[in-house]
Amino acid sequence: MDALFFYLIAIVAVASALAMIFGRNATHSVLLMVVNFAMVAMLYLTLGAPFLAAVQILVYAGAILILFLFVVMLMGNDPGPLWEQLRIQRPAGLLFTVLLIAGLVPVATMANVTGGQALAPLSDDPKVLAESLYSSYLLPFEVTSLILLVALVGAVVLAKRSAYRTEREEELHLDEV
Amino acid sequence: MEAIDQIFRTIGLWFSNFLLNTLGLPVEVAGPVGILVQALVVCTFAAVTFLALTYTERKVIARVQDRIGPNRVGPYGLLQPLADAIKMFTKEQTMPEVADKMVFQLAPLLAAIPSLMLFAVIPYGEGMVASNLDVGLIYIIAIGSFAEIAILMGGWSSRNKYSLLGAMRAVAQMISYEIPMVLSFMGIILMTGSLRLNDIVVAQLVPFLLLQPIAFFIFLITAAAETGRSPFDIIEAESELLAGYHTEYAGMQFGLFQMGEFLGFYAQSAVLATLFFGGWRGPEFLPSWLWFWLKTWIGVFIFQWAFRTTFPRLRIDQLQAFCWKFLVPVSLLNVFVTAILVKFVPIVEIANGVVTGPLSKGIGGWLMTIAIYLAANALMVLLVAVLYRGEVRRTVSQFEARVDSGVSPAPTPAPKVTDREAVSA
Repeated sequence: MDALFFYLIAIVAVASALAMIFGRNATHSVLLMVVNFAMVAMLYLTLGAPFLAAVQILVYAGAILILFLFVVMLMGNDPGPLWEQLRIQRPAGLLFTVLLIAGLVPVATMANVTGGQALAPLSDDPKVLAESLYSSYLLPFEVTSLILLVALVGAVVLAKRSAYRTEREEELHLDEV
Repeated sequence: MEAIDQIFRTIGLWFSNFLLNTLGLPVEVAGPVGILVQALVVCTFAAVTFLALTYTERKVIARVQDRIGPNRVGPYGLLQPLADAIKMFTKEQTMPEVADKMVFQLAPLLAAIPSLMLFAVIPYGEGMVASNLDVGLIYIIAIGSFAEIAILMGGWSSRNKYSLLGAMRAVAQMISYEIPMVLSFMGIILMTGSLRLNDIVVAQLVPFLLLQPIAFFIFLITAAAETGRSPFDIIEAESELLAGYHTEYAGMQFGLFQMGEFLGFYAQSAVLATLFFGGWRGPEFLPSWLWFWLKTWIGVFIFQWAFRTTFPRLRIDQLQAFCWKFLVPVSLLNVFVTAILVKFVPIVEIANGVVTGPLSKGIGGWLMTIAIYLAANALMVLLVAVLYRGEVRRTVSQFEARVDSGVSPAPTPAPKVTDREAVSA
């Protein structure tokens, strides 16, 4: 039963990921990414980690991808001049893919895959996860939060400046009239 | 009493017994079949609730507006929802020529299914929860966010500027109001130390409404905004946007959007009853599931009467300003104060499976806890009133100016904010 669920979820996840990459319609790609993330969340559920699954849906499908969708829908579907503009993208993509596979293959062959046992300590309660986050992984956790804070402040600063500029421009324009 | 209280559990146990022993199914088959039947029961309950909601909504609005409401089909118009359902099912489904066909047809489904999924984790009575998830509260927030995707899909795929505008407004509003909503849960999570909805009910020897009144009001406002109900219905403001994201939908596809909205709103009422009204707890003379059902309908009535029919619609810039400049700071203050309070007056201390702490020490303990928490909340209200006195004074003077002038209220000088600017602001 578990194996059946796993293969169903895995097939949909891989198919949606491939369709996302090769699709030409940007909005469809984002929607397929939602499907993919939902499938990954279901994999977490089958491994007995409901907290991770819920956070995966909440953060990725619920917040980040909605902003993606928002932007893509506003810009429209036509890839237009953006397409193929960055010539370096293809060789760079190829290079990084090779590097990623070179890194993944040894790890995958070395890892002793035992079917979810590695995640067992997480499965009890969000409390367990919180305790390990705030004790053994406190430093990486705090560093991550600092990085996110910097990004947040940066976004606010950028948005503020452009708003100020449009205000100035409007004033100048009004003076001319 | 015990028998009536546990009637649904008894039926469930009998059914799984029937599958296993009478039919002789192996455990691997009986388990999934039992879960499927359970899900079917919950979905049927949701569908019946949807019918009841459409009827009560129209009746309550009619009463407030001094009308009678639906009264033609059946006694007191009780069969009106059925007539509406038949109409929905037999109407022609239309789709714009230029629509993105697949996304257009998937959107209503994605609007309705997550609302049904919300019903899975709600504790309907003592021991009556379909899935007692470790992370029930986070699950509810996470599943709720699928509604936003559905709205964006519906609005975008229609290729209609009104639909797209409505969808944009919806997402801007829902993402903003999600933050104070989650923060309003935080106080309760701090007090109970659990994300499991059933644990929160078990810990509620006193309804948390008395301990977290500020969080209660913040949740009430944000829940109305999350479900896009008036005064937060700029998503589908019919006077400016026709019907927003579902302008191009007809027949049952429109019905599914409607169902998603109504069931989401019922689920929010159930969460309200679970978190603030004490869930299925109540005096012995009624079974626990009836208590929960009644409390949920009180929540539904509050949303219909105090929000839907009482306030006029807000502008998008007012909505965003209210959320970011008022609700978020106040809810953060509430979390801060509650975190300190919980250290001194703990609500739940579970030692060896027994609930201890002041709340379990009889009436005296209850009164003391309630008094301390209410005093803290009153202090917070005072602080907020002092901090926002400028805003309050401006609002009051505007209101007085309107009353004095006696004529139709002077339109407040609306800043020229387009939707796009308001979104980025």
